[in-house]
Amino acid sequence: MKKKESIFQLLTQKPWDPAQIKIDNMHDGVTIDLNKGKLGLRFIMFVSTIFFCLFIVTYSDRMVYPDWQRMPEPWLLWINTIILCFSSVVFINAQIKSKKNQFYTVKNRLLLIGFLAFAFLIGQLLVWQQLITNGYYVSDNPSNAYFYVFTSLHALHLLGGLVYWIITLRKVWNPRDIVIQKVKHTVELCAIYWHFLLAVWLVLFGLMLFS
Amino acid sequence: MSADSYEDVATGKNDTIPALEVPPQDLYHAKSFITRWIFCQDAKVIGIQYAITAVSIGLVALVLSWMMRLQLAFPELVPFLGPAEYYQFVTMHGMIMVVYLLTALFLGGFGNYLIPLMVGARDMVFPYLNMVSFWVYFLAVLVLVTSFFVPGGPTGAGWTLYPPQAITSGTPGGDGLGIVLMLISLSIFVVGFTMGGLNYVLTILQARTRGMTLMRMPLTVWGIFTATILALFAFPALIVSCIMLTLDSLLGTSFFMPAIIEFGEQSEHSGGSPILFQHLFWFFGHPEVYIVALPAFGIVSDLISVHARKNIFGYRMMVWAIVIIGALSFVVWAHHMYVSGMNPWFGFFFATTTLIIAVPTALKVYNWVITLWRGNIRLTIPMLFALAFIVTFVNGGITGLFLGNVIVDVPLSDTYFVVAHFHMVMGIAPVLVIFGAIYHWFPLITGRFLHEGMGKFHFWITFLGSYLIYFPMHYLGFVGVPRRYYEMYESPFIETSTVSLNQFITIAAITVGLAQVLFLYNIITSSKFGKKAKRNPWEACSLEWQTADVPPTHGNFGAELPIVYRWAYDFSVPGAKEDFIPQNIAPSEVPDARVEKT
Repeated sequence: MKKKESIFQLLTQKPWDPAQIKIDNMHDGVTIDLNKGKLGLRFIMFVSTIFFCLFIVTYSDRMVYPDWQRMPEPWLLWINTIILCFSSVVFINAQIKSKKNQFYTVKNRLLLIGFLAFAFLIGQLLVWQQLITNGYYVSDNPSNAYFYVFTSLHALHLLGGLVYWIITLRKVWNPRDIVIQKVKHTVELCAIYWHFLLAVWLVLFGLMLFS
Repeated sequence: MSADSYEDVATGKNDTIPALEVPPQDLYHAKSFITRWIFCQDAKVIGIQYAITAVSIGLVALVLSWMMRLQLAFPELVPFLGPAEYYQFVTMHGMIMVVYLLTALFLGGFGNYLIPLMVGARDMVFPYLNMVSFWVYFLAVLVLVTSFFVPGGPTGAGWTLYPPQAITSGTPGGDGLGIVLMLISLSIFVVGFTMGGLNYVLTILQARTRGMTLMRMPLTVWGIFTATILALFAFPALIVSCIMLTLDSLLGTSFFMPAIIEFGEQSEHSGGSPILFQHLFWFFGHPEVYIVALPAFGIVSDLISVHARKNIFGYRMMVWAIVIIGALSFVVWAHHMYVSGMNPWFGFFFATTTLIIAVPTALKVYNWVITLWRGNIRLTIPMLFALAFIVTFVNGGITGLFLGNVIVDVPLSDTYFVVAHFHMVMGIAPVLVIFGAIYHWFPLITGRFLHEGMGKFHFWITFLGSYLIYFPMHYLGFVGVPRRYYEMYESPFIETSTVSLNQFITIAAITVGLAQVLFLYNIITSSKFGKKAKRNPWEACSLEWQTADVPPTHGNFGAELPIVYRWAYDFSVPGAKEDFIPQNIAPSEVPDARVEKT
């Protein structure tokens, strides 16, 4: 069990102190008790969060200007949101099955998740089409522009997730070829990212809905 | 003696360290020329790829600066250079130097080469991603270079790319592809850097060797680590502003673009906030200064310690200063915007934070100087560059204190004083460190020394020449010579002496630039014919010099990873046979060393 130390404890260590030397010599060189995959994913989610937060800051700054006109939220957006929520729920189920080594079911769940993701993306495109048909162009109003930017960037993140989904699916397709633990690990990472994308969408959707 | 005495350590009671069961890292061993040298996953090769690409594009920026200087002093020599080209050259020079050279070289170049070696890892934690990171950076550079060849040429908006002028038709490259390619290139750069940054941070946090605690890491690693964290916070602001400005330019949105009349016609934009762009840009832009400076701080600390044969004074304080500077760098950004019409209280706040950041920075300078005090100083070329850095950084830093005050900044803001300030503090100072670092680690990378005679000539021309360029610029600023002007000529408002001074600066700039050609010649010839270096020629303590092979091969450390028993600064330890004890030397191997009296 690794002893947890705060950043202040860490920065106040005296590497020349004999008592500290004894502790330091036993150090295994690992700072955080997480494997590199999980930590890397957290890292990516952290950078993405800053990215979206900055967009939200500019959104809240821009919306106070008098030319801001609120855009209607097509009902299809609600359907898309439900699809994304459902895909996250399926992923939770896939994770449970993966822990029980039921990879055939996991494979089916992943296929369903992929289908839902594509359905979500197509649904977003339909929303765009609907808005454009009704005359809500990107350059007409900053509120329109933000809608198109938010949906595009979220979709780009989802496409990135789909790349990892393909990697996960390949591993699950034939789990005997590689270590089972690695397959489970990949499923878990993909699931975390999926939930993250849902959270991002809910924040963005909520922002556009209630502002 | 208590159980925690130095005797315990020295007599080997701490040598009985159980074996660490760490699964070996899966390294992809190259089988062909392409996978070994082009699409390579070895961080050292990737570091060199970064360095070559960064220096190559940096040379383009150097030539651009020559053109600008010639235009200012001897316009008859560059008849092809009109106002549009001048502004394009200014913009590309600035952006290339700050982002594509300095950032890429410090983090991509030195970061990749040194992090795994210095922390005792076999490679970065995600070698494949690391390779992709370099090629994404390469793509960013290619896109940037492409902008030179598109109709209308590259953007001439200035490196800050402020809207509305950045994307209006009166600005060179403003209504063509120039600005768009610049914004796309920057966005690609950020994506590539994020992949690299993921590796640097995770390797430092998770893949250090046994015994290498964070507080035993060399300050070079601390500098690169903190700078990477800063970049991960700051670069999203750049990419966000780039995306929004691209949309303003291509799709006619109005994130930053207000309603303006352009050539007598109302533009399609309305209601956007140019100031919002400035805030976003400088939220990236000021930490960017420290993204370049912190690795330089770290590297120079190590150079001074090694070449003065003395442990770095106040190691912990140096680490704290790096971390505090990093944190404070996020609350000073608006000192670049004093003339944007901000609320005076806002200016007061940012002036205060700017002056506060001088405290940990000054602390570092004191510690470097105290490290030199009574040290066994070896005036090697790396040491000369390190000393030159301290002087230059203090010079540039002090003028930063001038400009950090609103009342002083306002009249000086648009003058050459600012040009002199930022070139001294984040141009010349970090470049001096880069040179020092190359002279220092060249024997590790190639197994040979750089030629000393050429090196000293290069140092003196670069160091003194830089002062001949930038000291007079302070004077130009004080007498009111405005920056960003395409033509300088005698005017009733400005001293006539400034014209001849401009000519003097230009001659100095060309001379200093030519000295860099000699440096490149030295690198090329010395890598083949240079004097062979023995193992650990500078007698340093850090792990990169303790590899099984020199230059280190893929995997870095042979069959077994080193075990670390001490910090990286055990120089001139009383009782030790030699004046340095490498980090991987167990206490029992140096029983008489009195580390506590270091």
